[in-house]
Amino acid sequence: MTTEATSANRAAKPPGFRSRIETWVGGQSERLVSAAFIWPAVLLVLSISVFPLFVALYLGFSDVELVRGGFDIHWIGLDNFRALFSGEDKSEFLGVSGSLTPLGWLVIVAGLGLFAWGLVKAARGGVALVGLVFRALAVVFGAMLLWQVVHTLLAHGGRPGTVVTTLVFVCTGVALQFGLGLGLAYLVTLGLPGQRFFRVVFLLPMTITPVGVAYLFSMLMDTDKGPLQPLFRAVGLGNWSWANSAWGARIAVIVGDTWQWTPFMFIVLLAALEGQDPEPIEAAVVDGANRWRVLRDITMPAIFPIALTVILLRLIEAFKVIDLPNVLTSGGPGTATESMTLQAYIQWRSLDIGMSAATANCLMILVTVIAVVYVNLLRRRAVADA
Amino acid sequence: MTRPLARRSTRDISPRAKLLAYLVLGFWSLVVLFPLYWLVVTSFKVPIQVFDGPKYIPWGDFKPTLDNWRYIFGPLRNDTLRPYENSVIVTAFSSTFALLLGSSAAYGLARFHYQPKLGTIGLVFGCFVLGAGAVLLGVPLPVAVAAAIAAFLLLAKLLIGRFRRTISNRDIAFWIISQRILPPVAVVIPIYVFFQNLHLLDTRTALVITYTAANLPIVVWLMRDYFNTIPLELDQAAAIDGAGRFRVFRTIMLPLSVPGLVAVFLLVFVFAWNEYLLALFLTSANAQTMPITVAAQNATRGPQWWYMSVLIMIMIAPVIALAIALERRISRGLLVGAVKA
Repeated sequence: MTTEATSANRAAKPPGFRSRIETWVGGQSERLVSAAFIWPAVLLVLSISVFPLFVALYLGFSDVELVRGGFDIHWIGLDNFRALFSGEDKSEFLGVSGSLTPLGWLVIVAGLGLFAWGLVKAARGGVALVGLVFRALAVVFGAMLLWQVVHTLLAHGGRPGTVVTTLVFVCTGVALQFGLGLGLAYLVTLGLPGQRFFRVVFLLPMTITPVGVAYLFSMLMDTDKGPLQPLFRAVGLGNWSWANSAWGARIAVIVGDTWQWTPFMFIVLLAALEGQDPEPIEAAVVDGANRWRVLRDITMPAIFPIALTVILLRLIEAFKVIDLPNVLTSGGPGTATESMTLQAYIQWRSLDIGMSAATANCLMILVTVIAVVYVNLLRRRAVADA
Repeated sequence: MTRPLARRSTRDISPRAKLLAYLVLGFWSLVVLFPLYWLVVTSFKVPIQVFDGPKYIPWGDFKPTLDNWRYIFGPLRNDTLRPYENSVIVTAFSSTFALLLGSSAAYGLARFHYQPKLGTIGLVFGCFVLGAGAVLLGVPLPVAVAAAIAAFLLLAKLLIGRFRRTISNRDIAFWIISQRILPPVAVVIPIYVFFQNLHLLDTRTALVITYTAANLPIVVWLMRDYFNTIPLELDQAAAIDGAGRFRVFRTIMLPLSVPGLVAVFLLVFVFAWNEYLLALFLTSANAQTMPITVAAQNATRGPQWWYMSVLIMIMIAPVIALAIALERRISRGLLVGAVKA
């Protein structure tokens, strides 16, 4: 009965009605299905990272007190940031500035010159106004960082704070890891017998807990009881304790970090080297190019975009460093190896929650600005060129 | 593709360069392996053998003993096994969830065209913030959630038609991936408060949820590019045969991308297994994971290298085994993402 009724109904309607309905229903269900694929992930990211981020931004401007059964939050404006940048926490956060050494002057002048040259070049190259404003802002930010780094590191009586310490860890660590990773990856692709062994071995440190790496290195670098004791004695450092020397401790952290993360660079660059097109290389070899020229003029440009990506990835992760300095040196001696994340954690532990959030906000701004500048000025262009 | 290149290279190398290459490779192998060797050796020493200066060779320099292992698995059994169990459960569940949610989002981003209106996004966001603000101000959670949903539905009817600008898949993908830039320390305090309100502090559930969210961006990033390399014709052929989207995803896409999934799983597994900061904030005793337990050793007992070595060894053993077994797949899986994004 009903079928007859509907078919009669259908006959009365203009042709194509049913197919239109079907298309509409199909479209709706397609929308629902496609939404079902992505919504769980989006909701999770919203609730565990985006939303907390906004709360954390708010907490940075607040005084948070622990009370029974929760927190008491007052808005106090910029007080936390004032404490970090000019108040009582300045020496820990920004460091103590000293009078510049000649080398410091040289670095400042060279750095500012480089920035100015980049700006002028961009202006001459016909970059749009928005681009120029963006670059100018980046230059101001970079100049401020440079100023702080030089005044605390290359100055008499200067002492770096957590910002500069973090930057030192990130820059030296990532540079070392990239250089070592690229060199090792190149050597492994030479196709020497036994390369399978090297590939597996070089990967291992990456899998080891940073906490474990920290203990390993404090064992290894014990100048008295550690396995390298004969070596330390031979160079006259038998009774020296790196843990009591600011630079000794920093170097220990950088060495541990490099040991752990070189494999990451190695493995991605290895895959990049192996994945490159062999034809241009063969052509160049036929034309009589030597190994060095092939490396410089063909291989390096071919893996350049991947190299920039992997550097970006490490850069982002390196800014978050806490486990290694916390376990290896507890941020000491003094605050010599205290990273920004570690500072935020120490403030949290002493229930200074608003300050902790403010420090974390500063770290976030620093990482974001550096990542955005890096992506826009370097990587996007390189990827577009490739 | 790599074979001819590799063979040619070996032939071209002069013996001197070869020797040099082996020296460098050998040196770095030593740098990598010696600390691990020292770890193993130390775990079989008694305290006096550690404090008497370096002893390198078991049976030669010192007499190895199983005392430390017996101690860790005997009297300290509960202190060790519980965090270990926590680590295993939290890592396994969070990696699996991250892989499931992440790869389905990645599939969506690779295969559908999303055109969310900017207005809708702003609205969702605004209601979210309002609800959250209400919770912070002391409104009970269910009431706040209900109010936020009601506000959303009401305003959606009124406002959505007015804003027609949309964003693309690229923007969504970039937004998800960019979450990785966020330092965890910047969001951990609100997460702490959040779980405190839900009475989930110091539970495995809290860690599983947080780790899943933290690792999601990596999965989306790498898997989206992996799915993009699989030809669209396969989906279409299956769709013509009458398979729905979920079936296509489950029976065609997932099996085809096993190599990528394995690589990403290993990566996410290692991140979750070794995670320190979030566990430091979110756990105290019950849900403590291995990194926290190991890190706490120094504080509670001073540097007892011999016990610490045992703990570190049992902690890194599973990951090292996984890494050795899956070495080839990792580099390939990582490459797909690194080239494209």
